[in-house]
Amino acid sequence: MSSLFGNILKGWTDYTKGIEEGGHHKYEHMWGMVIDLDKCTGCNACSVACYAENNIATVGEEKYKARQSMQWLRVERYFDEPDIDPGAIDDENAMQERGASFLPMMCQQCNAATCEPVCPVAATYHTPDGLNAQIYNRCIGSRYCANNCPYRLRVFNFYSYTDEDGAWPEPMKQQLNPDITVREKGVMEKCTFCIQRIRAAKDKAKMENRKVKDDEVKTACQQTCPTQAIMFGDLLNSESKVTQAWERQQVKLGKYKQDRENPKLRGYRVFEELNTDPSVLYLERVREE
Amino acid sequence: MSEAALKHLSETQTKDIDENIAWAKINQDVLRSMENPRRGYWIAMAISVALFSVMIYAEVYQYMYGMGAALLNTSHMWDLYISTFVFWIGMSHSGTLLSAILHLVHADWRKPIYRFAEAMTTFSLMTAGIFPVIHLGRVWNFYWVMPYMTDRGIWPNFRSPLIWDAFAITTYLTSSVLFLYIGMIPDLAICRDNTKGWRKKLYTWLSLGWHGDDRQWRNFRITYLMIACFLIPLAVSVHSIVSMDFAMAIMPGWHVTTFPPYFVAGALYSGCAAIITLFILLRYFFKFEEYMTFPILDKVCKLTFVIAMVWTYLNLVEFASVWYGHDIPSKEVLLAKAFGPYAPFFWGMIAFGMFLPFTLLSKWARRNMKFLFVVSVLLNVGMWLERWMIVTPTLSLGYHPWGWNIMWPGWVEWAMVGGSFGWFGMLFLIFVKVFPCVSMYEVKEMVFHRKRTIYEDVDEMMVLHKGAPTAAEAGSTNNGGS
Repeated sequence: MSSLFGNILKGWTDYTKGIEEGGHHKYEHMWGMVIDLDKCTGCNACSVACYAENNIATVGEEKYKARQSMQWLRVERYFDEPDIDPGAIDDENAMQERGASFLPMMCQQCNAATCEPVCPVAATYHTPDGLNAQIYNRCIGSRYCANNCPYRLRVFNFYSYTDEDGAWPEPMKQQLNPDITVREKGVMEKCTFCIQRIRAAKDKAKMENRKVKDDEVKTACQQTCPTQAIMFGDLLNSESKVTQAWERQQVKLGKYKQDRENPKLRGYRVFEELNTDPSVLYLERVREE
Repeated sequence: MSEAALKHLSETQTKDIDENIAWAKINQDVLRSMENPRRGYWIAMAISVALFSVMIYAEVYQYMYGMGAALLNTSHMWDLYISTFVFWIGMSHSGTLLSAILHLVHADWRKPIYRFAEAMTTFSLMTAGIFPVIHLGRVWNFYWVMPYMTDRGIWPNFRSPLIWDAFAITTYLTSSVLFLYIGMIPDLAICRDNTKGWRKKLYTWLSLGWHGDDRQWRNFRITYLMIACFLIPLAVSVHSIVSMDFAMAIMPGWHVTTFPPYFVAGALYSGCAAIITLFILLRYFFKFEEYMTFPILDKVCKLTFVIAMVWTYLNLVEFASVWYGHDIPSKEVLLAKAFGPYAPFFWGMIAFGMFLPFTLLSKWARRNMKFLFVVSVLLNVGMWLERWMIVTPTLSLGYHPWGWNIMWPGWVEWAMVGGSFGWFGMLFLIFVKVFPCVSMYEVKEMVFHRKRTIYEDVDEMMVLHKGAPTAAEAGSTNNGGS
């Protein structure tokens, strides 16, 4: 009984401290990402790597059009010359002169994730690594989390893809990543920041009785990006490149509005104002005026 | 009843109930309604079963292929399943309003009609409960939302509004089944005394040895009152909690503070409209002209109108607070509702929900069965559209532009919606033939009280104005009594 009340009081202290200091978490790690949109060429290699690494089912053209794709990491295209008639898209001369802006979106691993409190069976929760985890075995598929995600970054297994005519017909089953489950129909899934790689690095560090080094964990998308637009690391480690990038951009966790001295800094977080406290920092694309 | 007779009755019927009906006739009339069904009944039953079978087929199909069969997509995860769920939860509220709230305020005109309304409550809850289950991706694990002991020590997430839903609905369902059943015990005893065969066995078992002595009546009254008091806060809380599925979410158009009262008002509204529909059907098919009278219908219509105005007001409050607020995404969703692809349904909801109830102001309309039947059905169409317009436009226009898309429900979803009406119809049709759908003992009470009131009034008037001996002093036994 005493431990029960002890825990409540302890939790309360952590909670108030989190309010006062903003973004205070008692985490072992706090995995974060920086994506430089100026470097992004929109080649989609990250997305392909993600499919290969995480056993994501390919759904085919029909279902992709029906918006039932299983993409964990999608490269969204936006055009900043909206005057062009969308009907004239086939006309080569009518194309956007300055091309598209690309926005690679994966689960933002929010620290105040809107998906977490609404899950009826607690299948999605926050790990001590600062990750927003999804427990496939516990998920009953109420899909409330996906409805409540302002980024629309949770994908649902609308069908079963494990059959013979599914995503991996016979010899292709060999290519499945053994470190990750293959999800069944009716289960929600999303980007995990390649949690299996984090796990492996942490285990290795523990065996060698040391801390996880910066750059020891590389996510599949980061590894594949030809322009090295993606940076990944531990935000609690003050030495890491990610932390330094966050500091350079004067973006802090735990805030829904950043007070930056230099307005020309490019760093921003998507929908920061909704107070979801995402862990992915984007660096704006630089355009010639 | 012929057309002319109906018209005559609609003009002449002024009392809620004729206080000179003999008690034996009440028994006879109600028991007659439970006799072997005629052709119309079987046709209605066949339609209900057919609709329900289509639903079962759709559910099996969806179970085999996954939720993609319902054409849901990454933005539209709920669509008609949750809208229809909210609709049926809403339908369940009027029964409690009539049976519990009006019981406490001694509105005795509810007595001939509350039984079927209470049955409607129970059955629409049973219908509503289907939807959160069938909309699950892994339906075979639905019981995980219940906090049951396991040696794994895993509990559901108590912060989730879906869990509160599960608790609220099971509590409300249990209490309304109890309320319906306990209120029926004296009537079941009447049925026991007047039937043979399997019915006799059933009613003997269900009436719990009721023989109507003073002690039983006293205990019965207390129990009934207690459950009525228990049920009223539940009715308010259950729909408030359902509204929190939306109000607690972050999405524009859902994150609205006024949702709980708005949902409760909407629930009472659609429930009252459904009572009018079933009132007219039962009155017509079971020839209950003497019990389900025009004045009672008139009162139900006025009640519906008042609730409709409360709902309209809360709707306007919501529009205004979004319009004058500074939440741009919410404003965009509101504009998209009004002028976007779902606009016909939005304006349908406004027309049926906000403007159609004004027809209830006309006395002609309140006394015209056919017109009223159409109006009451349309009011409920409007309320169903309201639920759809809460769920779907928000999902089609959330925060992130990538997720913007229009989605139209496919045959699986429509089959589920249609099947829910079939399931409800099936339960209700079975109910009216197995249980008395007019409360016999309470109609008797009503007749008795009204008669006594009239004679006492006469007595008082005689004393005041003429100084003549009262009826009681003259040894009159007019007030009957037992």
